[in-house]
Order: sequence, then C-alpha cells, then structure tokens
Amino acid sequence: MLEIKNLQARVEGKQILRGVDLTVNAGEVHAIMGPNGTGKSTLAQVLAGRDTYEVEGEVLYRGKDLLEMDPEDRAREGVFMAFQYPVEIPGVSSSYFLKTALNAIRKHRGEEELDAMEFLTLAKEKLRLLDMDEVFLKRSVNEGFSGGEKKRNDIFQMAVLDPKLCILDETDSGLDIDALKVVAAGVNKMRSPDRAIVVITHYQRLLEYITPDVVHVLYGGKIARTGGADLALELEAKGYAWLEQGGAKGAASYAS
Amino acid sequence: MAKKNEPEFMLNWRLRAYRHWLKMTEPHWAHLKVAPVDYQAISYYSAPKSKKDGPKSLDDIDPEIRATYDKLGIPLVEQMALAGIAVDAVFDSVSVATTFKEKLNELGIVFCSFSEAVQEHPELVEKYLGSVVPYTDNFYATLNSAVFSDGSFCYIPKGVRCPMELSTYFRINAANTGQFERTLIVADEGSYVSYLEGCTAPMRDENQLHAAVVELVALPGATIKYSTVQNWYPGDAEGRGGIYNFVTKRGKAFENAKLSWTQVETGSAITWKYPSCILFGDNSVGEFYSVALTSNHQQADTGTKMIHIGKNTKSTIVSKGISAIKGQNSYRGQVLINKGAEGARNYSQCDSMLLGSECGAHTFPYIDVHNPTAVVEHEATTSKIGEDQIFYCQQRGISAEDAVSMIVNGFCKEVFRELPMEFAVEAQKLLGISLEGSVG
Repeated sequence: MLEIKNLQARVEGKQILRGVDLTVNAGEVHAIMGPNGTGKSTLAQVLAGRDTYEVEGEVLYRGKDLLEMDPEDRAREGVFMAFQYPVEIPGVSSSYFLKTALNAIRKHRGEEELDAMEFLTLAKEKLRLLDMDEVFLKRSVNEGFSGGEKKRNDIFQMAVLDPKLCILDETDSGLDIDALKVVAAGVNKMRSPDRAIVVITHYQRLLEYITPDVVHVLYGGKIARTGGADLALELEAKGYAWLEQGGAKGAASYAS
Repeated sequence: MAKKNEPEFMLNWRLRAYRHWLKMTEPHWAHLKVAPVDYQAISYYSAPKSKKDGPKSLDDIDPEIRATYDKLGIPLVEQMALAGIAVDAVFDSVSVATTFKEKLNELGIVFCSFSEAVQEHPELVEKYLGSVVPYTDNFYATLNSAVFSDGSFCYIPKGVRCPMELSTYFRINAANTGQFERTLIVADEGSYVSYLEGCTAPMRDENQLHAAVVELVALPGATIKYSTVQNWYPGDAEGRGGIYNFVTKRGKAFENAKLSWTQVETGSAITWKYPSCILFGDNSVGEFYSVALTSNHQQADTGTKMIHIGKNTKSTIVSKGISAIKGQNSYRGQVLINKGAEGARNYSQCDSMLLGSECGAHTFPYIDVHNPTAVVEHEATTSKIGEDQIFYCQQRGISAEDAVSMIVNGFCKEVFRELPMEFAVEAQKLLGISLEGSVG
C-alpha cells in the first residue's frame, strides 16, 4: 500500500524529517508515536501533499509515485488525512462540501456522480454508524464546532469518502474520553483487509481503543524504533527519554 | 436631442442639466486611479447601432468571452445577441417577452423603454424624473441628465404585487440603451416589485465610460427590490481597456415603504457606485447587500448611503469585498441620522477577503448621528483566504480552483440569499469564473 524510502523534509531551511523508512500493507493499522516536535505531523502533511515543505526521497503508494501527485489527486486516489486542526469554512454547508468532494473522487474513479438524494442517503447511513446527529450536514464546515465535534466530523468525512489509506494526525488531541471512544469506534469500523490506517499520536491513550498491528517511534526525524502493540505500553511506562539513553539502537533492523 | 422628438419639459430639463454640467468639475475623492476621460470624444447619441458594423459571427468574438458564455450555459442565439451580432431570426425570448407584456398590461403595470414612457406617460415621467436624483446631483448624474439616450421605465399601480421579476434581460435585443442609461421605477402605494438589472454574461461594449442613473420611488407602503449583476468588460490581465462604470443609484422611501438594493459587481475596470436610500417617511426601511469582486487590475469604490429622515426608520448594510491578484476594493458608506429621525436604527457589516499579497481592501465608513435615540452598529472584518482552507478542500479531493470558488461563495452567502433564485445560481458560477487564475 505505502512504501516510504529515505524521506526527508525541510521547512525554511530547517530539516525535520531525516530519512524516514516505512512500509504499510493493506489491512494493517500502524501507530506512529513520538514526542512533540519530532516530525510526526510533518510526515502526515508531506504524505497528504502540503507544499510548504521541501521534500526528498521516495514514496510509493499502490505502486505510484505519491510525491509527484497534486494533493487533490492523492485524495482522489484514496489518501485521506484527518487533520490535527480541521479548518472552518464559513458559509459552506457540510453536506455541499462533502458531496462536492465525494463526486470529485467518484468522477476520478470513473463512477457516476451521486445526486442530492443519493448522497443524503449515504451520509445519513454513515452518521448513524458514528452515532452523530444529522444537524452536522446543515452546519457550515466546522464553523463554531467544538474541538471534539471537528474531529468527529473528520472521521465522518473519512467514512463517506471511503479511502484506501487513512492517516489520522493526532486525532485524539483535545478529545474528552467519551469523544475519544466515539472516534475510536468509528476508526475500528473502518478497519478492513483492503484498507490501511496510520494513527499518529502523542499518547498511548488512543491505542487502548484502537489496537495497532505495528507501532513506530519517530524520533529526531527518523523511525527510531518499531515493534508490536506492546511497544506503546513500554513507551508509556518508560517515557520518550528512554530512547535517548540508547533505547533506539537497532530499531531500523526491525522489519514490519 | 430634437431628433428624439421629446416633449418640451424633457428638453428644458436636459438643457438646465447641460448648463449646470458645464460649471462642474470631475470629482476625485474616491480611492481610485482613473485615467483622464475625453468628454468630447464620446458619442452622446448613437441611433441604434447599425448591425453591419458589429461582428458577423461568433468567430469574431474574443474567445475568452465565448468561453465564459459556454461556462454559464447560455444558449447560442442569446450568445449572439449579447455579443452584438445581428440576430434577425426569430428569437426565443421575443415570444416570451410578448406574453410577459400582456400579463403586465392586465395589472396596469407599465414596463417599457424610457423613450416610450416619455411619449406614452409624460405626466408620470415629469412628476418623478429627478425627484430622487436631481439634475444638479453630481458630475456624472448631471451629464447623464443632459444626454441620456434611453433606459427603462416602470410603474406599479396602487396595491399591485408584480407577479414576476422584471428584468432588463427581456429587452436585450429591443433596445441598445448605451452608455448613459436612465432608469426610473415608481411603486405606487402598497405595491411590490422586484427588478433585475443586467446579466451575468459579459456584454460586448465599445463604450469606455458608463454613467447611468437609477431612481427608485417607493410611495407609502410600497416595496422595491432592485438586484444587479454587473459583469462588463474588466480589461485584460495587464489592466488595458475595460469599462469605467460611474453610476448614480438612489431610492426614496415614503412612510412604511421599503427599498432593497442587492448588487453583485464583478466586471468593469473601475466601478464607482453607491446605491443609496433616502428613508424619508416614518417606519421606512432601507437595505443594501453587496458583493464586489476585483481581480487583475480592477478597482472598485462602492458602498451605500442610508439617510434617515423619518421616525423609526431602519437600515441594514451587508457588504462583502473580495480582492484578488492586484485588485483594489474599497467600501465607502455613509449612515446619516437626521435630527428628526427619532428611534432610527442601522446595522452595518463590512467584510473583506484578500486572495494574494498584492491586492488591497479598504473600508471608509462615515457615521453621522444627529438624534440621541438612534442605534447604530458597525462591524468590519478582513480575512485572507487561508492556505490551510484550500489545502483542506484539496485533501478531500476538491481542486484548488473549485476550493477558492467554494470558499468565496460561502463568504458571500448572506448576500446571495437576497438574490432571486436563478440569479443567485448564476452569480455563484460567475464568481468562480472571475476568480479563475487567481490561485497558482
């Protein structure tokens, strides 16, 4: 699904990613953990196609050169990112926004565009799945939403757009425990053999509800350590400082 | 003007205006850069243009204008009419216009060209012409008063609710109204009319200066809703050519009457206009909803004046300015509460949106209150269209261009919902087209 080789990223001359190697297969859930400022969000943004970074290296997505694609083409090919800070778009209703997005993706896939009724049926079904109110559709995109509502709205969009690769950038930050459970349940419902999910998080907390197949630690702009679900627990117990004391040794040799 | 065979009152009025105009000088207070206009070089009266001089077929039309017609989905015959091509074949909208006129006649509604009104209804014209915008008003209005060639006239009798939107579009091939257009709308007591001016399609036009005058008279209890979509040639990407649009629009509302202006201004190299309301009668209401978009080298200095004279008069101003590339956009508005305007209220909201770093947005609100019971509120915001908003849309599969159009349309929603339905849909498409190329 996703193969990252020696990925480097710089912003305003400052190097953030220093050679990330990562392979994610269909059907897997990967967690990327790490302390603040280590490049977790940069990795997500670079994969989604944000143009503020100078990027080097290679990223193959389903056999295609991802770095060559425009952000909208990445999305149409099935890459979805849930934002750390979903933005507000005043005056644009959620249903109009999402219908436009879905039809752009369907068109790209060579499928018929959905009309308003068909879209509404689909959207309502997904809202029920996430236990969300239909009023979301009428409100302007994220305008006046609480932090938790914004995150849930992103997961709802993900459910409607039906992507192949889901990247969740610190989706758990700013969520209370109830919202966290709802979001996690939504993500778990999205698990499927032909989809890969990458969960970026600072805390182990989210991983109590979403059990990853593989856990990576991003540290100093590189994948410093890779392990199973228990690596998250180990990190929680020992803290990231443990990596500095030589814990990172041999990380790259772990093959996922 | 003898050529037009006008009654004496009309000729005298024009002469007074002309003598007055000779004593006036061009105003320069607006936030605009205007190249000098040679008033001698302007052709003040052109008999309906000889169709031979115009383009012969659509192949002679600027391909960019044609592309816009196509994007707006305008039928081919109408494209030809808009482009000034001789269309002698039967034209769909002619028959539409005829049935439309019959229906209006039954209700006693007069809707005709100005020159027809001068001949057929001289008493109404004499009574109301210049009653809101006197011939001494300002440089361009005075010039218009002296030389106006034609325009539209509309009268709604007492208590009649006009059952359809009156549109100049129905007359597109009936009259070539030219650059000094005069519009007079009189809504008698308790009547209602919604009037649409202009068309979303860019009209071919060789006149550089447009100095129109629109006068609205809302008699007691009447409502006039006046919507404009202006999309004249804005000049090319380098700022060459384009129309100067210097328009005077004003309405007078008597007791319990309501005036509502809605405008979407995307065309012209320079737009200079302030559709205004004189809230003369007690409990009269004035509204102004505006979207002005300037891209490339376009400039706009637009806004409104709300003049509160009567008691308990209310006014609302919602202005949305969008500047892209090197466009300059100014909101200039005056709220004047006269001494006798007991209990007057105004609410103004002026929002500006910037796309790019070389464009500009300016706000010049003038608030003048002479009655202590008045309540006046003014809110203003300026926002830059966010890279992260565009990226968010792109990440969901929406192209950057569609994203900008969607974000801008969301920004203008409060104004668009005041437009009649079909007009609103066209206005949205138009904004999208006008913004093409503003994101790179």
